[in-house]
Amino acid sequence: MNYDIIIAGGGVIGGMVARELSKYKLSVCVLEKQSDVAIGASKANSGIIHGGYDPEPNTLKAKMNSRGVDLLYKVAKELNVPFKQNGSMICAFGKEEEAEVFNLFERGRENGIEEMRIITGDEAREIEPALSEDVSLVLYVPTAGIICPYKLTIAAIGNAMDNGVELIRNFEICDIGKTDSGFVVKSTNGEEVTAKYLINCAGCSSDKVAKMAGDGEFEIIPRAGEYLLLDKAEGSTVSHTIFQVPSANGKGILVTPTADGNLLTGPTAAVVESADNNEITPEGIRTVINLAKRSVPEIQFSKVITSFAGVRSSEKDGDFIIEASKKVEGLVNVAAIDSPGLTSCVAIAEYVTVILKGIGVTLTQKENWNGHRADMEAFNHMSDEKKDEFIKQNPAYGKIVCRCEGITEGEIRAAVRQNPKALDMDAVKRRTRSGMGRCQGGFCSPYVMRIIAEENGIKMEDVTKKGGASKMLVGRI
Amino acid sequence: MKRELTCIICPRGCGLTVQINGDNVTVTGNGCPKGVQYGIDECTNPTRTVTSIVRVANRIDTMVSVKTESPIPKGNIFDLMEIIRKKEVNAPIEIGDVICDNVFGTKVIATKQVK
Amino acid sequence: MLKCDIAIIGGGPAGMAAACAAYDAGVKDVIIFDREDEMGGILRQCIHNGFGLHKLGKELTGPEYAAVYADMVKERGIKVYTNTTVLKLSNDKVITATNTEGILKVKAISVILAMGCRERSRGALNICGTRPAGIYSAGTAQKLINCEGYMVGKKVVILGSGDIGLIMARRMSLEGAKVEAVCEIMSYSGGLTRNIVQCLEDYNIPLYLSTTVAEIHGRERLEGVTIAEVDANRQPIESTKRYIPCDTLLLSCGLIPENELTTGAGIEIDHITSGAVVDQNRQTEIEGVFACGNVLQVHDLVDYVSDEAEIAGKGAAEYVMGKSTKGEVIITKSGNGVRYVLPQRIVKNDEGVSLFLRVTKPFGKVKFTVKSGNEVLVTAIRIKAAPGEMEKLTVKADKMAIAKNEITVELEEV
Repeated sequence: MNYDIIIAGGGVIGGMVARELSKYKLSVCVLEKQSDVAIGASKANSGIIHGGYDPEPNTLKAKMNSRGVDLLYKVAKELNVPFKQNGSMICAFGKEEEAEVFNLFERGRENGIEEMRIITGDEAREIEPALSEDVSLVLYVPTAGIICPYKLTIAAIGNAMDNGVELIRNFEICDIGKTDSGFVVKSTNGEEVTAKYLINCAGCSSDKVAKMAGDGEFEIIPRAGEYLLLDKAEGSTVSHTIFQVPSANGKGILVTPTADGNLLTGPTAAVVESADNNEITPEGIRTVINLAKRSVPEIQFSKVITSFAGVRSSEKDGDFIIEASKKVEGLVNVAAIDSPGLTSCVAIAEYVTVILKGIGVTLTQKENWNGHRADMEAFNHMSDEKKDEFIKQNPAYGKIVCRCEGITEGEIRAAVRQNPKALDMDAVKRRTRSGMGRCQGGFCSPYVMRIIAEENGIKMEDVTKKGGASKMLVGRI
Repeated sequence: MKRELTCIICPRGCGLTVQINGDNVTVTGNGCPKGVQYGIDECTNPTRTVTSIVRVANRIDTMVSVKTESPIPKGNIFDLMEIIRKKEVNAPIEIGDVICDNVFGTKVIATKQVK
Repeated sequence: MLKCDIAIIGGGPAGMAAACAAYDAGVKDVIIFDREDEMGGILRQCIHNGFGLHKLGKELTGPEYAAVYADMVKERGIKVYTNTTVLKLSNDKVITATNTEGILKVKAISVILAMGCRERSRGALNICGTRPAGIYSAGTAQKLINCEGYMVGKKVVILGSGDIGLIMARRMSLEGAKVEAVCEIMSYSGGLTRNIVQCLEDYNIPLYLSTTVAEIHGRERLEGVTIAEVDANRQPIESTKRYIPCDTLLLSCGLIPENELTTGAGIEIDHITSGAVVDQNRQTEIEGVFACGNVLQVHDLVDYVSDEAEIAGKGAAEYVMGKSTKGEVIITKSGNGVRYVLPQRIVKNDEGVSLFLRVTKPFGKVKFTVKSGNEVLVTAIRIKAAPGEMEKLTVKADKMAIAKNEITVELEEV
């Protein structure tokens, strides 16, 4: 197949770029290595919409972050992705660390962040009672928020697909040829697609993709971050996102409610060999527990329901790389998007269109573009009366499949059918939260397997956890 | 010969000592008379009740649970499983319906109703 | 809004027995809600035998035991809503439920909680490593195999020696899988001794005590686990680490009562049993709300679930018929060697009371003593006592009469 533009990578950046480009009369294709989108860092990160005080002034990070916050809130609304502007607190523990609070405040000012205040530990504890007595000074950033990063990615790519973008999954790029008319991109499965332009949003593989295309200018340093996720019963332990000021002890561990109502603690930061190194380690778990308790001593770690690790892609200079390749015509690198990448994603996508214009892409608006996506959680939010009416029309909404999260068969079937279709167990989990509750799929997985098999016309034995060889069953008795 | 056993007749799990001198077998440590019989059987002809499932051919992805009506020799458990695995039945099935007749001195019967 | 005298949440062994007991005590307007397409709860997938010896005087399989009670429910004409999930219980005993016909609201005079329990998940265990396919809780695997007829794996390691884990070791072996090991982090098994004999020893499956799964390996499907002995703090000992190739890991690491509806109604939960705090009729802190079975405390035998459900069913019926449940309250306490005592409180009347308890660790011969102040109410000798087996001690009416404020249950090794 030939396209105007290929986007390498179905993460939150690739997804937002795809959605942005779906506004224009262009043929666009997203290539994703895995069986689903939002598999890499976009699945396993803190889900924080950062206030913008942190990046070095005048860096791309600073620009994208400060512009990105409002844009992200706007797009999340259009895509019906739940978020909450809960505000963040950056905590200093004692005199030595307090200087850093003032530094961050100043840096925030330079980055154009207006709504910040410095408050005392006591003032902070008044609005956040669970905060440690040892917190002495706090930078309070009310504009910061929380959002579910994989729901955002799925919604962005889904919306792009609704507007004509194609998604090719299980397409692991192994070779990129350059011709006069553009790029020839080959997969390990022997598929081939061509395009005039290539936008490299390949996360931890973005240096490899760039190299394959003939640009070896940068190198990605993968850094793993481990997290512990707690039961929803603990979700209200804190209402703000609690950071620690970066100090000699490291960057600190955050404690935050998630957009879905759980409590999240993490991440660690360990340089690892590759993006595949997303294992949970005993040291990681210990670090998260110890450091999180420093901010919020009463966290009930007996209520952990799962642990996970995400591998973020960094670069030695520490800034985002968003530019047209200096070496290869038609290649745009969007790489080293670590924190605050999620916050910046819409701003980055917008900036990519500016770069594309600069290298000669004509952007003509489509007349019929629709940036809105159906509310996947509509049923959940209905009153009992509304639900009753709804069930009478769609009986599948009356059958609870995931009892921990209260997810119905109707919601699961809708999620499986909607762009981008859910083909495996983890994909259903990310779209509906079925299996994400306290029993972690103990009760619902047999039902979900059956729904996936039915909806995708495959045998139960062929249902996978996450594509490839990750089959759930080994055969029929 | 002396053997130490745990009685499996009931959840109490009494520790049994079985003394075998030729035909003379004595059991001690039992909490009830059933333990004596278990101790003797376990040392002379150990048996087990086998439970499993059989596919219901005329229902989608439906299994009927089954058991041996009485215990079978321990050594025949996997032979019986071979027979059970190959078996298919048709609904309706009532509890107690015979699924396999005359196997290792007993029958395999349904333990579940399938309408 | 519908109305009924007694609404029972859950149609497993507890719910069915409670319904029949309530009916037999004189309250006919009873409704059972069950989320599955037929009653029976977890018994439906427990196809092994060993049920009913105590309660029914014969040894049955799980489905057979369930059928006995399902028939009793049918004979009494008790109304059952199957395929119906209760979403909410309010503190004024209004139940909101859903099924394919719509949302259902029922105002009950009395409610019996009989929702059962769930298994502890991998996440709650914090096992390190990757997140491949092939990791199941033992009960999920049991359902897939026994009810749906699908095999979950060929080479298996089981973590946890609870009864479900032991039963599944045998079940997987019978279906041709190779069970490489059962690992138990404690120094003793939580399962019944008979199950160690007939599920592990019969099939030459090794049981490693004080051993855990330290790491999980494999990206797509599970490829193996690293097992290790644990130290006194239950942390893996590096030098004992050993790799076992396998495609399946079953977890049988404990059961947790499913009390989300209970806490939603504002009922206090006992942090040791993880079930509601109840009196001797199994009445919770909210008058007219009762609890029984595994949602109240995790039982080792279904027979005892049925017993407990009958107490709750009768209590609920008496409540509906207006019998007072008020009176002087005595609190029960756990003394030496006792993990918990249920009921947690006793409303004093002129009757005796049965106390149910679990011990903290395996003991040899012990003497239990039930005391109130300096008064010994009852003593009992047991040849052995284990955490996996529930103990029952009965305080007679004349002894209850002298009890004041508190009752303590303790044990000493003799």
